[in-house]
Amino acid sequence: MINIHDIMETINMISEENLDIRTITMGISLLDCCDSDPEKACEKIYNKITRLAGNLVKTGEDIEKEFGIPIINKRISVTPISMIIASSGGDPVMYAKTLQRAADATGVNFIGGFSALVHKGFSAGDEELIRAIPRALAETTNVCSSVNIGSTKAGINMDAVKLMGQIVREAAEITADRECIGCAKLVVFCNAVEDNPFMAGAFHGVGEPDCVIHVGVSGPGVVQAAIKKYPNATLGELAEIIKRTAFKITRMGQLVGTEASKRLGVPFGIVDLSLAPTPAVGDSVAHILEEMGLDSCGIHGTTAALAMLNDAVKKGGVMASSYVGGLSGAFIPVSEDAGMIAAARSGDLSLQKLEAMTAVCSVGLDMIVIPGETPAEVISAIIADEAAIGMVNSKTTAVRVIPAIGKQKGEELDFGGLLGSGPIMDVNLNKLPTKFIDRAGRIPAPLQSLKN
Amino acid sequence: MKTVVSVIGKDAVGITAKVSTVCSECNANILDITQSVLQDMFVMVMLTEIKDLNCTFSEFSDKMKELGKANGLDIRVMHEDIFNSMHRI
Repeated sequence: MINIHDIMETINMISEENLDIRTITMGISLLDCCDSDPEKACEKIYNKITRLAGNLVKTGEDIEKEFGIPIINKRISVTPISMIIASSGGDPVMYAKTLQRAADATGVNFIGGFSALVHKGFSAGDEELIRAIPRALAETTNVCSSVNIGSTKAGINMDAVKLMGQIVREAAEITADRECIGCAKLVVFCNAVEDNPFMAGAFHGVGEPDCVIHVGVSGPGVVQAAIKKYPNATLGELAEIIKRTAFKITRMGQLVGTEASKRLGVPFGIVDLSLAPTPAVGDSVAHILEEMGLDSCGIHGTTAALAMLNDAVKKGGVMASSYVGGLSGAFIPVSEDAGMIAAARSGDLSLQKLEAMTAVCSVGLDMIVIPGETPAEVISAIIADEAAIGMVNSKTTAVRVIPAIGKQKGEELDFGGLLGSGPIMDVNLNKLPTKFIDRAGRIPAPLQSLKN
Repeated sequence: MKTVVSVIGKDAVGITAKVSTVCSECNANILDITQSVLQDMFVMVMLTEIKDLNCTFSEFSDKMKELGKANGLDIRVMHEDIFNSMHRI
């Protein structure tokens, strides 16, 4: 029989240290739903999603019960809707509402894929979709949107960067009465991945099978608790401890993923080796960094600590899963992490430091509340900076900032639930990057892209 | 399918009997029992075979949970694979 200590360790991880499977995400291709009549296309989309994902939530709950491991979210990602609009036409918002209907019918809590991939330029459907994002996000509750504006292979599409600055502002403005929630469901990517199970940036890439199951694991609390037991360990020893813990967390993800795929009769895609925080105490990535020896997340030393943590999580997790993918790394969403929220409130964590941190972890400037008066070109410049880090380092980076319309420094936005709450962070608004952003065009792909 | 029934709480007379009774009521075959005191807590782990259950897994699990609640114990029923996959390569 299994060792009683091992059994207790697992139970303790679940009951005391918030270990959970963050999400089971079903990726569904909608490429076969195109139709010359947009309404028919929407109907096909609704039918396909509800047919394939009808049992997703139920299966997730069954596994949760049988294995005794909480599965927090059950989600769906679909083919970027801009591709469907390219051939089927029609109002993009109608597609967003169709996705919402499908989300309601299947009971999932988010559906991602109201997306466009424009890293080199706009093709049919892309610009229409992007311009409709603010309205789509305002008129739906569970639909998530993402736009890929750059990649290591293609460079950065600065026309799209400029446009996205405006779109982010607009999305905040039309949901200003709801804590600007539109922006919490909108991610701007560089090097977006096709098999990401995490929201708001999940979409089902064109290279993926027709339907697939991805799993995202979580467990910052478990890592923190493991480190806590070794207050005098060297960093090399800490890395070992983190690796061992990450291995165990990931094994659980692998088990749940294969089980879900078997029960749903859908191929298993990947496990995303991530440390995904929640606003709950004991579920924070910032607190891991503090446990490693920093007085507060955001001070000098944070980037180095995060780099080690991120690397150890991947090294430990990679052997535990047969297929690793998605974003894989430690997430640092400010409003979704109790430690980050505290560090942002105290002023120890700045936007500049967060930007540096994104160079060594997954994914980017995430869930950051910025002043309501931040102009579109500054948001575009924030996106461009972040995309440049991703492009040059061949990694995924993203921007999910929320301009707090009508609010000033010192105030906060409260999204509720897993999205959490966050204080408005300082943005340099004294001098503007207007001319740089107005130049538009494309930043050529870097030397790193020439690998052949 | 084999499940691990874990019981955690304060030691008291008759815990094993009560848990075994539920197993027997539901026709779950007990394959192995270990118990120990860890950090002042009574811990009992039972490996059970539940392929011949006379109720659904969910009912079995709920019954155990209720029993735990009524006796101030934390009782969980979990598929053994979760432990195998986490602790064995």
